[in-house]
Amino acid sequence: MTSWMDMILVLLILPGFVMLGSSRLQACLGALALQGFLMGVLPLVSAESPITARLALLAAATVALKGVTLPKLLEKAMRRAEVRHEVEPFIGFGASILVGIAALAGSFWVSTRLPLPGSTEPSLAVAIALFNIFVGFTLLVTRKVALNQVVGYLVLESGIYIFGMSLALELPLMVELGILLDVFVAVFVMGIMIFHISRAFDHIDTDRLSTLKE
Amino acid sequence: MLLAIILTPFISGIAAFLIRATGARRALLVGGALVHFALVAAAWVVRPAPAVGGWLALDEAGLLFLSITTLLFTAAAVYAISFLKRSERGHSHSSLIIHHSSLNEEADDELFTNAPEAVLIGCLFFFLGTMSVVCASQHLGLLWVAVEATTLASAPLIYFHRHARSLEAAWKYLLICSIGIALALLGNFLIAVATLGTGGHEMPLHMNALIASAKLFSQPWLKAAFIFLLVGYGTKMGLAPLHTWLPDAHSESPSMVSALLSGALLNCAFLGILRARQILCAAGLGEFTNGLLIGLGLLSMAFAAVFILAQADYKRLLAYSSVEHMGILAIGVGVGGIGTFGALFHAVNHSLTKAMLFLVAGNILALYQTKSVTAVRGLSRRLPVTAALWLAGFFAITGAPPFGTFTSELTILRGAFAQGNMLVGIAYLALLGLIFVAMATVVLRMAQGTSEHNESAPEPWLSIVPPAVLGALVLMLGVYLPKALADVLNGAARLIGGM
Repeated sequence: MTSWMDMILVLLILPGFVMLGSSRLQACLGALALQGFLMGVLPLVSAESPITARLALLAAATVALKGVTLPKLLEKAMRRAEVRHEVEPFIGFGASILVGIAALAGSFWVSTRLPLPGSTEPSLAVAIALFNIFVGFTLLVTRKVALNQVVGYLVLESGIYIFGMSLALELPLMVELGILLDVFVAVFVMGIMIFHISRAFDHIDTDRLSTLKE
Repeated sequence: MLLAIILTPFISGIAAFLIRATGARRALLVGGALVHFALVAAAWVVRPAPAVGGWLALDEAGLLFLSITTLLFTAAAVYAISFLKRSERGHSHSSLIIHHSSLNEEADDELFTNAPEAVLIGCLFFFLGTMSVVCASQHLGLLWVAVEATTLASAPLIYFHRHARSLEAAWKYLLICSIGIALALLGNFLIAVATLGTGGHEMPLHMNALIASAKLFSQPWLKAAFIFLLVGYGTKMGLAPLHTWLPDAHSESPSMVSALLSGALLNCAFLGILRARQILCAAGLGEFTNGLLIGLGLLSMAFAAVFILAQADYKRLLAYSSVEHMGILAIGVGVGGIGTFGALFHAVNHSLTKAMLFLVAGNILALYQTKSVTAVRGLSRRLPVTAALWLAGFFAITGAPPFGTFTSELTILRGAFAQGNMLVGIAYLALLGLIFVAMATVVLRMAQGTSEHNESAPEPWLSIVPPAVLGALVLMLGVYLPKALADVLNGAARLIGGM
């Protein structure tokens, strides 16, 4: 099954580049949905043992939440706030892709230096996890539209989640579902706030959120 | 019984959303708070048995922070009644006494609408429930879920006033804390990496299993894990330079929410760091954590001192003072020995004092309708009792004798010198002195002077009694430390590797 897993992992590079290179929020949300879907499938193909009820439930919850619900939710927020495009990011879209390429190379290099205890081979999953964490941070730091920052947060969280999965760590189901629930509520509240921001500031450009400072 | 402690707030929270009658909902707020308080008080007499297969258990550290939380929540609940009555009248009233100030520019004092009361009371209960889970959690994964849940439950509270500034504060709070806590999740996974190939794997991330086999874990991965957990929970705790959300959130939320954020929530995040330290101490890496804690602690105190100096907003002043005190807690744990005891004792004192100050600040804000320190004059004439509490709170928070804060700050200093950390002790003392002077100039000016109106304003007892009780407790702790509390403090200090 590992070849399947490797394929899914490699596919997980794609959404990151779409998000870095696209100014259209719709495209970013589409990439987010693709990423969520791949994340849901990942635990199924990485299992060495036959698929248990626990794994199936987890995969279904992940696909339903990260692949469908969250992107839909953000799309709704986008419609209500009437924004379509990122505006003047701190780093342009072309340059962001270059940052992404550098991040990808860096992630692979770091993963060769950090073999997991008990194995000598560098783990592809660790590299992909690091890449997604980098992409998440890049989006968070360089994008001004509130919606894109939420996307950045989700990519960051997914990266960390892939790292957890690469350990084949058997977290209790309650904790796994708790993590998913937290992410869901976080994005739900953020979605509501994006709407309020667009109403209060006529914009969801977080650059305008600068009254509170010293 | 442990389950009752955790379920009471959640059930009350759901009920708050369902109840339509305002009076009944307010009664529920105080009633639910009192039931939770009584249950936690009972836990001091008979320690509750672990619940849910050992996932939830109250050790001394958990009991200590849970008790602080429930005490502050009860005070905040009583205070909230007067706050809600005030904001009902506020719409017609406040437009008459707006003071325009240099700090708050155009449109600042415009009338704001409040979120529905059901949201406030319901979220307050969820906030209490999630903090209770943090205190009782014995599993790092569950702890993480609960800490993130506290952020989500409290964000709507910060946005209660529904104007642009509270929205900005809530957005920053939600985003920065969520990212910080995501890093803590990575820290949890790194701990799991460290346990690979050892006995800790059967019950992953369970505190007892981790501590029992900590010696076998991979040390470099444990160190990396601690750094991520420190940065992650440190963001939520308000340690500089990760504190940027804190002054905004504390100054823009309603005062009893500020009191809970500062007095209870920051402690819960601190507990997350202490849990990580428990594991590293068990693995023999206590020394490694000490340096990081002391460094971040001193940096926090320095940041706070700079921003307290010439601070123009008294709620932000209190918020930066929280950054300072979180720094003191980190230093106390970092110097170890008796300093650990001092840090835990200081957590109690700081929470009581800071909650008192925020509640008093709420009274000042209600009358003057501005947070600018230059616009508040003649406090002792207009609100005599509030002014007295404000001054007492100032002396308590800056660690003047005979308050409990003095004892605990002194204990940390003794700890620093006893462990041979002369330089740390001296820097700590210098920063405390600087902050005392900086706060004194601001606070004393507010109490003195004359304002245009000199008649005294009414002070409803519901808004006076909660801060007064908290202040009296800090005073008592300075003079007399009850044996039960001393035992719990000692037990908790042993747990996290001091003494």
